[in-house]
Amino acid sequence: MKPVSELDWRRGEAPGPVVLSRASVLDPRRGIDGVHDVVVRDGQIAELAPPGEAEVDGAEVVEAEGKHVFPAFFDPHVHLRTPGGEDAEDIETGSRAAAAGGYCGILAMANTKPPIDQAADITALRERAATDASVPVGFLATVTMGMQGAELTEMAELRDAGAAGFSDDGLPLRSARVMRRALQYQQLAGLQIALHEEDPELSGKGVMHEGPVSAMLGLEGIPSVSESTMIARDAALALYEEARIHVQHLSAKESVAVVEAAKAAGVAITCEATPHHLTLTDEEVRSLDAHFKMNPPLRAETDRQALIEGLRSGAIDCIATDHAPHPPQTKEVPFEQAAMGVTGLETAFAVIHTEVILPGVLDLGLAVEKMSSGAAAFDLDPPSLQPGSEANLVLFDPAAEWEAGADGWESRSENSCFSGRQLTGRVLMTLAGGHVAYRQRSFAMGVAE
Amino acid sequence: MERADIERILERAESFAEVGRRDIKKVPTLRGRTVVSLFYESSTRTSSSFELAAKRLSADVISVKSAGSAVDKGESLKDTIATLSAYGPEAIIIRHPMAGAAKLVTGWTDAAVINAGDGKHEHPSQALLDVFTLRQRIGDLEGKSIWIVGDVLHSRVARSCALAFAEMGASVTLAGPPTLMPRGIEHAMNVEVAHSLDHLEQADVVYALRMQNERMTDSFIPSLREYIANFQIDARRLGARQLLMHPGPVNRGVELSAEVIDGPASLMTAQVESGLVVRMAILFELLTSGERPRGDKSGTEQDDLPAPTPIGEPA
Repeated sequence: MKPVSELDWRRGEAPGPVVLSRASVLDPRRGIDGVHDVVVRDGQIAELAPPGEAEVDGAEVVEAEGKHVFPAFFDPHVHLRTPGGEDAEDIETGSRAAAAGGYCGILAMANTKPPIDQAADITALRERAATDASVPVGFLATVTMGMQGAELTEMAELRDAGAAGFSDDGLPLRSARVMRRALQYQQLAGLQIALHEEDPELSGKGVMHEGPVSAMLGLEGIPSVSESTMIARDAALALYEEARIHVQHLSAKESVAVVEAAKAAGVAITCEATPHHLTLTDEEVRSLDAHFKMNPPLRAETDRQALIEGLRSGAIDCIATDHAPHPPQTKEVPFEQAAMGVTGLETAFAVIHTEVILPGVLDLGLAVEKMSSGAAAFDLDPPSLQPGSEANLVLFDPAAEWEAGADGWESRSENSCFSGRQLTGRVLMTLAGGHVAYRQRSFAMGVAE
Repeated sequence: MERADIERILERAESFAEVGRRDIKKVPTLRGRTVVSLFYESSTRTSSSFELAAKRLSADVISVKSAGSAVDKGESLKDTIATLSAYGPEAIIIRHPMAGAAKLVTGWTDAAVINAGDGKHEHPSQALLDVFTLRQRIGDLEGKSIWIVGDVLHSRVARSCALAFAEMGASVTLAGPPTLMPRGIEHAMNVEVAHSLDHLEQADVVYALRMQNERMTDSFIPSLREYIANFQIDARRLGARQLLMHPGPVNRGVELSAEVIDGPASLMTAQVESGLVVRMAILFELLTSGERPRGDKSGTEQDDLPAPTPIGEPA
């Protein structure tokens, strides 16, 4: 395990001290839950002082009464579209969007154009992040050359160049033989392998969840079993090879059941769910609005409930956004032609807060924990508020009412499925490695109330 | 679209039937108005009947087919609509291979948008003309049993007709091979599902769908022979009091045997005739009725317009 700040980002000068005064501090992983003055000094959480008592010379004091301080979030599943898709996103805009969502670190997927399958690609991206990234960014490399699903990449060299893990995300590893080889080779290369689980034979040309809504709309469906059967295959292979795998964007109740069974059988498997799968269903697709098109698709209400139950039971380890920016012309087309994917970094926690925490469906502490636990699956220390820890924290106003997208987006793309939605709760400030990575504009100007 | 809306259009269509019996088959209702017909898929019945309907109402008609147009050169649907809208049309009739295309277009134009078929989603004017045809022959559909038989999965006609027939009070059964039946359709709309024709005798009306030959290559069915053996409507299966419908074009000898196509139970010619007057009525309703026929770009209320909407969808 290494700290998140060892990923690549624009570090800047030594940050000045900051005091978050009278904040409601919650770090469920370390058992911290109370009102404190959070003192940040030299890039670290220096002290959790009694409320109103911290005195630090020259510190910026932020009045945080009634606001939450959480460990900052970590997103193991982001598409930064660099290289090749910079009209949709790049490292600068994507990392800014992450900071605005309360994230102190993100992992970028390798399905760029061309895909990241050479050590030199990793080196170049890391150099770019060192000048452009507002928050630490890790870069995954592909599992197979060109994401063709046939030959393994030079995984050991990619690891040495600083790859954060491996994934052919966007595509499944169709061949069980290649999957098995990758898992065997993990004993040498070591890093996590993140899997987009989908059987292309079952998905066919599907564009949405298969069920009554797709039947009604005449759209080809992607059945739930397209996902769950592949997870079952790969869990069995991982057990056999004593390898570890991370399953991306779980969407179906069948998949939750497979992961639960795999964990019970001792498979080293972790998995994630996205805010949109936790809060929306295929009913949204009745509008035929391409902003509700993504892969895996929004599924039925029973699937959504199973994902929430999976968070509670521990079957699902973390919340990840699968932030997938697309330029407008790829979404202003009929549903079947539209690109798959939605942005998510800037709304993730506010959506979870509005849709499942405030209604009492999910416990606040559990949600906060799941927003950062994705780091551990990739050998990074989940952010902590324990004094002495690197200062990765988010200041969150649980009462702020706002409309998603009304003030524009930090991301270069606007393909959010939550655009226009009224949300309750907003990230006001994000600290990454002790640096202020983001301040919400009206809050920074002192008009947050 | 609710029953009262359907009935209003069908009553209007009846009044237009008279126009077709005149020597000069034309009324001046839409004189000076422009109607665009934009077809991204091949079509004989729908495009010709919409165009003739507009002409009989004295509208100026621009007909654009995707082949040979800017669409061929890669122009996006949005840009094509912006271009055609610059001519100030009162209505755009659109057929498109993708679901939701007509609905999307309502956001890009001030013209009324008529869905002439969008992907495998809906074909509302077909459903209206089929209800019209049936009512002319048997009157009220309340309590009647209508079986829609064949490749429901790939059929926009099946969806629109099932919705419209059910809205008019009929009990609808969808019958076909399980591989060609959309999963969960019985939970999505008010229909029964059957995987054989064993109880076809219950039907007052048998509505056969077109069976496309390419379905075999995707292993939806083992062979055309097996399909015919199980699902072809022939004189043996079709009872004396049962009526037969088909949206056309027919694959003779596949979904229907030759003797039933030309038999007395067949309403297929009547369906084509109804197509013209019902489409006149749709244009008339949209372009002359007081209730805001033209779209406004921001309006999401387009769903309330009669023609572009899925028929019978709950409000």
